[in-house]
Amino acid sequence: MLAQVSWRNVWRHKLRSSVIIFAVAIGIFAGVFAWAFYKGMMNERVETAISTESSNIQIHQRTYLEDPGIKKFIANGNEIAEKIEKIQGIKGVSKRLLSNAMVTSAEQGTGVMVIGIDPEQEKKVTNISESVSIGTYFKETGKNPVLIGKKLAEKLKIKERSKIVLTLQQLDGTITRAQFRVAGIYNITNSMYEEMNVFVRSQDLAGILQLDASACHEIAVKVVDNNTENVIFNKIKPLFPSLDVKEWRELMPEVSVAEESIDVSMIVFIIVILVGLSLAIINTMLMAVLERVKEIGMLMAIGMTRKRVFNMILLETIFLTITGMVVGIVIASLLSLYFGKTGIDISMGSEVYESMGYTSLIYPVLSAKIIIEVAIMVVIASILSAIYPAWKALKLKPADAIRSDV
Amino acid sequence: MKVIDIKDLYKIYEDNEAEVHAVDGISLSFNEGEFAAIVGPSGSGKTTLLNILGGLDKPTSGEITIGNVKINELPPSKLIDFRLHNIGFVFQAYNLIPVLTAKENVEFIMDLQGRPKAEKEKRTRELLEQVGLGDRLNSRPNRLSGGQQQRVAVARALASRPKFVLADEPTANLDSKSTENLLDIMEKLNREENITFIFSTHDPRVVKKARRVITIEDGKVIKDEAIR
Repeated sequence: MLAQVSWRNVWRHKLRSSVIIFAVAIGIFAGVFAWAFYKGMMNERVETAISTESSNIQIHQRTYLEDPGIKKFIANGNEIAEKIEKIQGIKGVSKRLLSNAMVTSAEQGTGVMVIGIDPEQEKKVTNISESVSIGTYFKETGKNPVLIGKKLAEKLKIKERSKIVLTLQQLDGTITRAQFRVAGIYNITNSMYEEMNVFVRSQDLAGILQLDASACHEIAVKVVDNNTENVIFNKIKPLFPSLDVKEWRELMPEVSVAEESIDVSMIVFIIVILVGLSLAIINTMLMAVLERVKEIGMLMAIGMTRKRVFNMILLETIFLTITGMVVGIVIASLLSLYFGKTGIDISMGSEVYESMGYTSLIYPVLSAKIIIEVAIMVVIASILSAIYPAWKALKLKPADAIRSDV
Repeated sequence: MKVIDIKDLYKIYEDNEAEVHAVDGISLSFNEGEFAAIVGPSGSGKTTLLNILGGLDKPTSGEITIGNVKINELPPSKLIDFRLHNIGFVFQAYNLIPVLTAKENVEFIMDLQGRPKAEKEKRTRELLEQVGLGDRLNSRPNRLSGGQQQRVAVARALASRPKFVLADEPTANLDSKSTENLLDIMEKLNREENITFIFSTHDPRVVKKARRVITIEDGKVIKDEAIR
């Protein structure tokens, strides 16, 4: 019956309770939707990072990542790739030759990373092949085709079939130049990556660098299910103790840290919202107590214990807050569901996000975990908010309270 | 049988460094089934005496025994529980819970006592019928007249099966007809349930119905007479 009394007490002042419920609903909606929004944004970033840039796992010579160089190649790349392909849950393995180079067109020149790939192997590991917006993905059999990013094409002012010259260092240290023809232009959501990376066939690059065809600088591994990445990583790593085996989180720590910090950031954001809302709730509940002094005095007089009085005020506060929370979460869920299908375009014509590797079309992701964590925080906030008004009620002396005017 | 026994009761307030003897050495006792009125001018100590009797206020000194329990020695938590099971209250301003219906107001006190649902419903219906509100079970206080609200308050006071009922100026806000009606109901309940009723009042109509009238002045009993 106490819960019934508390619930009805919430609705004694419909307008006042509605205002505070509305405020809680707006606050919770803002927190939950922002969380879903940034979660979606980070999921896209991680997905892009894995599927376009790093893949799940990479293998290099021990010191390659700290100090890259043409001489730090893996000689038995084919053998290693074959071993890895036999592990269950592997989607693809791609051997890559890597070389810093200077690329020049008729008008411009810039530094790039030349990535020598087996086009068919690379298809299973990254989605570069699907990102070709102009031209083709190594369909032609002609000499030295190159796939360049849209941003680089704009910078060099070149088009499909344009000629470019790559200046590279061979294995023996000799500087050499080779002419390539643009076979295709890829377009991903990371313009910085587009500007910095060009793809050529590994057989072409191996010849220029004077490396053996089976040699590679990097072996990229893609797993079927990202959730099994860690398990597969733990299977691969012990197989090659002399090599440097790393997960994408180690290869792209900035993405990993951003992903991990999103939850903490959003919890802090929601706590700030709840602190503001708590002040409003305390004020409302304090009014509710102070205008019912006579009634609370009567309840204590007829035998309602202090614990029950406290619980009554606590329940009123929880009902008030949870009603607002439910409204806020429902609105946030519906909008997340809707925008989860249509996406939210945040570009406003700007390429800032894409230059940082973030897609400008965000699909909010609202998980049960977010809802549960928000619900727990709201309940804690409402309990804390109830303490001062309830303490005020407990301080009343029944004999005096009954004779009061309110 | 003695329900209440008061011995040498004092309640002294400090007011601007002067001592005010609100209750000044009162010794009284009430038996089961009494219908008693405590009368006296404003400030005579009636309400203070009633509050001490009801365990809402502590005496400065003296002893109050209800049944076998010396309530002046009970700690606050035990005192609340004692009030719940032994004392019924009727207040001047009715003091019903506005968000509950008449039936729920009466059931509420039995709910606090942890009585079974069937018992609560049966007793509530009986009491509200006894006070003439059998047809207003589901009405909230704001839908009832002052007299009807006070009758619900009487039903609530009796619902917990108390040893006695304390009524502080119960007719002060009622018109003549409602007062007459309420007093008849309380007298009937007093006779039928053999429950002790103690009123503090100014109202001559209440005094007329009382079978014992205790007159207080300056915190002292100056007259204690049985009427019939």
